[in-house]
Amino acid sequence: MEEQYVYKEVKSIVFGLFSPHTIKKMASAKIVTPELYDKEGYPVDGGLMDVRLGVIDPGLKCKTCGSKLKECIGHFGYIELARPIVHIKFVPLILGWLRATCRDCGRALLPKNKTEKVREEMKRLEKDESLEAVRRLIKAVMTTMKNINKCPHCKAKQYKISLEKPYTFLENEKRLSPIEIRTRLEKIPDEDCEVLGLKPQVARPEWTILTVMAIPPVTIRPSITLETGESSEDDLTHKLGDIVRINQRLFENINAGAPEIIIEDLWDLLQYHVTTFFDNDIAQLPPARHRSGQPLKTITERIKSKEGRIRHNLAGKRTNFSARTVISPDPMIGLNEVGVPKIIAMKLTVPERATEWNIAHLKKFVEKAPDQYPSANYIVRPDGKKKKITTETREQLLEEIQPGYIIERHLMDGDIAVFNRQPSLHRMSMMCHRIRVLPYKTFRLNPAVCHPYNADFDGDEMNLHIPQTEEARAEAEILMEVQTQLISPRYGLTIIGCMQDAISGNYILTKDLELSRKDAIALLIMVGEEDLSRLPKKDTVDGREVFSALLPKDFDFVGQTRKGDEVIIKNGKLKKGYMDSHNLGQESGLLLRIMVKQYGKDFTLQYLHKLFKLGIYTLDKYGFSTAISDTDLPAEANQKIQAILDRAEHDVDSLIEKYHDRDLETFPGKTLLETLELKILEVLNKARNEIGKVVTEYAKHDTGSGIMTRSGSRGNPINMAQMAACVGQQALRGKRIEKGYYNRTLSCFKENDLTPKARGFIRDGFKHGLTPSEFFFAAMTGRDSLMDTALRTPKSGYLYRRLANAMQDLKVEYDYTVRDASSRIIQFHYGEDGMDVAKTEGGSINIKAIIKQVVGEEA
Amino acid sequence: MSSEELFAEYGEKLNPRVLAEIQESLPSKVTKAQVKQILDLAVEEYARAKVEAGEAVGLVAAESIGEPGTQMTLNTFHFAGVAEMNITTGLPRIIEILDGKKSLSTPMMEIFLKKPYSTGKDIKQVAMEVKETLLQEVIAEISINIAEQNVEVKLDKEKIKQLCMVPSQVLKAMQKSFKISSKKDGDAIIMKPSGKELNFNQLYHLKEKIKTTYLSGVKGIKQVLPIKRGEEYVIITSGSNMKKVLELEFVDETRTITNDIFEAAEVLGVEAARQVIMQEVYKVIENQGLNIDKRHIMLVADMMCANGNIKGITRYGIISEKASVLARASFETPIKHIIHAALLGEMDELNSVVENVMLNQRIPLGTGLPGLVLEVKE
Repeated sequence: MEEQYVYKEVKSIVFGLFSPHTIKKMASAKIVTPELYDKEGYPVDGGLMDVRLGVIDPGLKCKTCGSKLKECIGHFGYIELARPIVHIKFVPLILGWLRATCRDCGRALLPKNKTEKVREEMKRLEKDESLEAVRRLIKAVMTTMKNINKCPHCKAKQYKISLEKPYTFLENEKRLSPIEIRTRLEKIPDEDCEVLGLKPQVARPEWTILTVMAIPPVTIRPSITLETGESSEDDLTHKLGDIVRINQRLFENINAGAPEIIIEDLWDLLQYHVTTFFDNDIAQLPPARHRSGQPLKTITERIKSKEGRIRHNLAGKRTNFSARTVISPDPMIGLNEVGVPKIIAMKLTVPERATEWNIAHLKKFVEKAPDQYPSANYIVRPDGKKKKITTETREQLLEEIQPGYIIERHLMDGDIAVFNRQPSLHRMSMMCHRIRVLPYKTFRLNPAVCHPYNADFDGDEMNLHIPQTEEARAEAEILMEVQTQLISPRYGLTIIGCMQDAISGNYILTKDLELSRKDAIALLIMVGEEDLSRLPKKDTVDGREVFSALLPKDFDFVGQTRKGDEVIIKNGKLKKGYMDSHNLGQESGLLLRIMVKQYGKDFTLQYLHKLFKLGIYTLDKYGFSTAISDTDLPAEANQKIQAILDRAEHDVDSLIEKYHDRDLETFPGKTLLETLELKILEVLNKARNEIGKVVTEYAKHDTGSGIMTRSGSRGNPINMAQMAACVGQQALRGKRIEKGYYNRTLSCFKENDLTPKARGFIRDGFKHGLTPSEFFFAAMTGRDSLMDTALRTPKSGYLYRRLANAMQDLKVEYDYTVRDASSRIIQFHYGEDGMDVAKTEGGSINIKAIIKQVVGEEA
Repeated sequence: MSSEELFAEYGEKLNPRVLAEIQESLPSKVTKAQVKQILDLAVEEYARAKVEAGEAVGLVAAESIGEPGTQMTLNTFHFAGVAEMNITTGLPRIIEILDGKKSLSTPMMEIFLKKPYSTGKDIKQVAMEVKETLLQEVIAEISINIAEQNVEVKLDKEKIKQLCMVPSQVLKAMQKSFKISSKKDGDAIIMKPSGKELNFNQLYHLKEKIKTTYLSGVKGIKQVLPIKRGEEYVIITSGSNMKKVLELEFVDETRTITNDIFEAAEVLGVEAARQVIMQEVYKVIENQGLNIDKRHIMLVADMMCANGNIKGITRYGIISEKASVLARASFETPIKHIIHAALLGEMDELNSVVENVMLNQRIPLGTGLPGLVLEVKE
């Protein structure tokens, strides 16, 4: 395939306007008739579907270039307009030019020396600053010219020119026809064009008044053949048909010497059609419509906005060799693996080029029937011909294979794939995994890597891409594989860690579990640890010792648990403390971060997998579940809680009383009522926190829920308190609930009732159950938070898009400066110290560790 | 310490910030050899942590700020440590900062004080001097007399006293801002507009205008709140007027800050504005319990201040500065950009990312950056 084409690189693109001359020169056909097809259904010569404009029918050949469908990119045509037409996109600019030039001599309304000065300044700005600065200068100059009413060159008086939208120009309330405008623009000399913001070599002002119009090739407006055999034309073709038809009519009328009014009318109509051909969304014009009443999608609409050509087709690409299905968890496959259903593995392929050494191996794939796994789907001959392997062609193709042939074989274990979940908000949303072909129909994913993807298994779907070239595979493997993404570039800590059950399990194991040697060995074997020599030779083993058996022999670590207890690991033995989310979890703790640094990413990945399994199997063996009784409290605790609540309510009552007596000291700048609200909130929050403390103190520690909150694997003490004792104050916009009915929140309360229960304080716990009014308040805040999420997502999405667009081309140069695409320096040293966040430990290098390494423990 | 010279020697190889950290965390008993060893290891470690050329730091920064954006609350108002003051936080605040909006929804200042005042001396008076006081705050009663064609203002003596003023000062202030004869009549000030007769509506407008007469303090400071922070008293204000506040003699001008970026730029320069952007964004992120490295925010702030003016991250700000037509067109208003490019015959050199994506070419970042130099033998 490669031999056929010469690949070239585009170095730059220059923008400019088409002159009538160029339009004619580049056109391959002149369009003269609005008819599309003749009686036989063959495109009419000189019609809009002329075969010289390209082919959209399979089988036909392009009359201009001789290529077939898909090879011919299409060719432009042109029509001669009977009368000049204003191009709608340039209307505001034309207005500016008319105002800034003399109506008689066509010179810019600037004294000669000033013109020179402006042009020099423009040159300087273009060189030293940006074209944006040039544009600003032009804009400023144009506004000064607008107000000059006597030509400094020929002393002619200037009249006021105004625009009657959308495209009628008036001079002194008298209409200027496009012909007049064009003659005026023609008079502007080249030197003066520059002051008007035009580079005359590429854009003469009169070119914005169309005398000939380019007809886009048929390939950009293909007709669709419906199932019924009817062909339906593209919107653009419809619009062009209108233009050509009216244009012909106008020609005929002019030639026949029709009255001026008829010609004017037709001219206006032509102007309308040409305008809507370019933009069908102009405020003052009724949009051109289909017969069904649906507006036509013309050129501007095709380019613009998210679904337009630029953002949809040019900046966004689609790929082959990809798959999408539901994901489900499988903690048994590696963190850097992805389970691929067999049917998908048999559809997606990896091209492998046959060489002398692998030909026998590749032939085996072709030998097998294509409906068997693993076999191959296609072979590609060296000349680029692609052949599908079927049961019939199999034998013959097998004979044919020689070195140089490419065999597209099924996916196999260990192949490289890129796995992705939308929204792809950061680079860890697209990582490279190794394929594991598995039965059933879902992608399998290790739950430990859910976090970077932000995936869960409630029906989420994910995408899989198979890189097709060696370069792509190499880059995917080296830059994108899961282990290379362990450390987040956002904060320099591990983003992948244990979660949920794995944390609970390790917590139980390392906290205070003792198990028989037999059990310990069983556990380690299940986890996949083969080296059992590190397990102490005792009959009963400590959970910590089991945990330590997985650690590297020389691993030293000092850290903290969530509660602040010390964790000490020395020589690969957990000496003190226990494991919880602070050390094992995602986005936290230095344990895993240090491990990556000391033992490398591959080891850490392996270790994480084992650790994960260790946690799960511990739970498997010792059982883990949560019950409603987890939140049971002794009577004493309940009394305490009720006392706290009663006291809080009493305090609030006395505050309210003080308020009514105007006895409350107001905070500066606040009204009395606002002060009261703040004070009440403070009292109630204090009460809730106290209750939280009581619940954590009295609730049983060894229950499922207790372990979960303590280990940090799920939930927090507040959740516990909400279930066991008191849900607490429901707040809307940082205030107690105050809206609803006139002067009250719900109709079951008295007006102006300021007591906690009438303003959204939920005294009951979830387990006990909520009263109807409490439930209503909970629903109010629940709904508010739903709204909040729904409103936030597009806002933050837009912010992200803007940020990404503004900063996407910043890069670090070899001298550590950060520069943008035009080599403008943004930072002289990246981040002031040149450190890559993903290579730091939480944002810096670990100096304490270095000092400790040198000086020793006593530091 | 003899290791001083050692540190100086490593000043070239290590970043000053890293060096300072080492110096700080050194234990008291270390030999010179040990210090040298520590520094050598640090140099090694530092070299390992350096960025690689071609790294798309801009995109990483955008991701790092954009991704947690979805987790931020929309909660507009939040308590700023002190219950009495409301400030915008969360996503709206970040958007406000990065947009480069000229007027903030909640401008704020933190005023630090010079020595005797910072310990709490006359703190109430000092605070009152900062606060903008309008006439309406010292009025006991204001009434319109249609027959007499005047507005009568009764002053509240207590409140005037609180402001350390005397009624005659109030009168002066009023005479200054209104060219209307005003005279004192006991507790009241009577303002009688001269000239032709006014109707009720006009009198009413006059009354409203009189109410907002500026009396004392710094214009724009709507609220003051002295709080004790550690050992020191700090005045937090809502409303900001850096220029005027820094002129006050009791203000410690080295530490006083505002959250208004443009004001910081105007009074102290762009570098200060950059610092304000960084601090303000970081404050919100910390407040939300998120973790984003400072370097990312720094880069965004530097980008916004790169040409000496503050540019927001909008199509009128930074993005309009881009050299590439296609890059601008792919963001917003593509037609406008293409038309303007055509008039000036603009050339797109295809130096940045999107254009090359559009053309299916290598992007000049990361692995796409290096080229191959090959000596061709004839």
